[in-house]
Amino acid sequence: MIEFRGVTKQFPDGTVAVEGVDIVIPPRKTTVLVGSSGSGKTTLLRMINRMVDPTEGRVLIDGTDVATREPVALRRSIGYVMQNSGLLPHRKVIDNVATVPLLRGTGKREAYARALELLDTVGLDRSLADRYPSQLSGGQQQRVGVARGLAVDPNILLMDEPFGAVDPIVRSELQQELLRLQGELGKTVVFVTHDIDEAFLLGDQVVIMQQGGKISQAASPVEILANPADDFVADFVGADRGKRALHVTEVGGRKIVVDADGRPAGILAS
Amino acid sequence: MNWLWSNLDRVGELMLVHLALSVPAIILSFVVSVPLGWLAHRYRWSRGVLLSICALLYAIPSLALFIALPALTGFGLRSPVNLVIALTLYGIAVIVRTAADAFDSVEADVRQSATAMGFAASGRFWGVELPLAGPVLLSGLRVVIVSTVSLATVGAVIGVQSLGSLFTDGFQRGIQVEIIVGIVATILLALVLDWIAVFAGRLLMPWSRQRTGRARANSAEPVTEADPA
Repeated sequence: MIEFRGVTKQFPDGTVAVEGVDIVIPPRKTTVLVGSSGSGKTTLLRMINRMVDPTEGRVLIDGTDVATREPVALRRSIGYVMQNSGLLPHRKVIDNVATVPLLRGTGKREAYARALELLDTVGLDRSLADRYPSQLSGGQQQRVGVARGLAVDPNILLMDEPFGAVDPIVRSELQQELLRLQGELGKTVVFVTHDIDEAFLLGDQVVIMQQGGKISQAASPVEILANPADDFVADFVGADRGKRALHVTEVGGRKIVVDADGRPAGILAS
Repeated sequence: MNWLWSNLDRVGELMLVHLALSVPAIILSFVVSVPLGWLAHRYRWSRGVLLSICALLYAIPSLALFIALPALTGFGLRSPVNLVIALTLYGIAVIVRTAADAFDSVEADVRQSATAMGFAASGRFWGVELPLAGPVLLSGLRVVIVSTVSLATVGAVIGVQSLGSLFTDGFQRGIQVEIIVGIVATILLALVLDWIAVFAGRLLMPWSRQRTGRARANSAEPVTEADPA
């Protein structure tokens, strides 16, 4: 369990990225931080592995204040996946995946054997192990990024817009893959995105953030749709318009669900 | 051409002497410039000062430096040590800005990702920043190789033996072939050292030739590179 208690981050130039944040991130669930750019969601994420330290408040992992943990050791115990994969371009795929275990002192043989298994786990062919990242497609690179994030079998996996830079078809594939993986592995996933659809698809808990780093609402997708906390949330999730404002119309005895523009979204199964 | 055949030993000997002058200077200037370039990259405020001072080194007239150095170092006027020091200073002037650019060229994403994975600062320098700065550093090194090998000939004017001695001797005795041999030998030496550097770069950085997909503005691949086929 990760807890943010009264967390504020003001950067030296005076910008307040996050203000007075209190959230509880439940274990073995996916929590998605969603908001437009400048809402402080990445800053919040990076406080968990101390890439950013809060100016006020505390971040706790299983009751321990992360400020008391040595940053390098802390980071080696937490998986991190970022946009554009962040793979080391001068290391082969297999070396990238094995990086953190090797940093932690795992033997080479064991680290590489585990890395190969992880390629299977994320649905990559083992023949890609000896390629360099630049020889892979964007989607494959992202999969390697996920494999690397899982390499030390961390309890916590931080994902910073991991699917932001791939095309929609590949993104959808990767999202399904993540859902499958999460079903099997049950990690505490903290996922950052600006895409509300992605947030609703992946999140058990969705945290909606607004400009200035304040939390507007933290709840399950269903609850957010049913009871948006305020106009900002309602507007952000598009509860009253477009493809979320669905209604049922009967055509030839069948119930058709259509969106606000009258386009069909599906058939109501009864 | 008869001159060359009868003086082959002498040319060979001067080549070795020339190597002994330029290789230490090339290595020293590289070894000194990498940390200086890293400092200029890491601490923005130091960049202007460091790079200006290093660029100014190049403005010192070489003959004046060759004559001033013995007074500063205590080695005799004709000691090769002075020449090596002078060549090192010029080498630093040439490469330090490239070294700073080399570290700048490492993508911020990769740097951050290395931090996020749990690289400590020193591990990140040796394992990530230095190798990724490698291609740009290599391009700087290649310029230093050529400029140092060529500049080393100036030593002949103050009496330090090198392939430059073939120029001075050739001028004094009016032997044109000797001058031409000196020029060709100097160029050959520079080319061979450059080729060794490129070859070493390929061995050490096999990944740098693979990255066709993500070309970038700061690409280090020098335009003059020819395949040794």
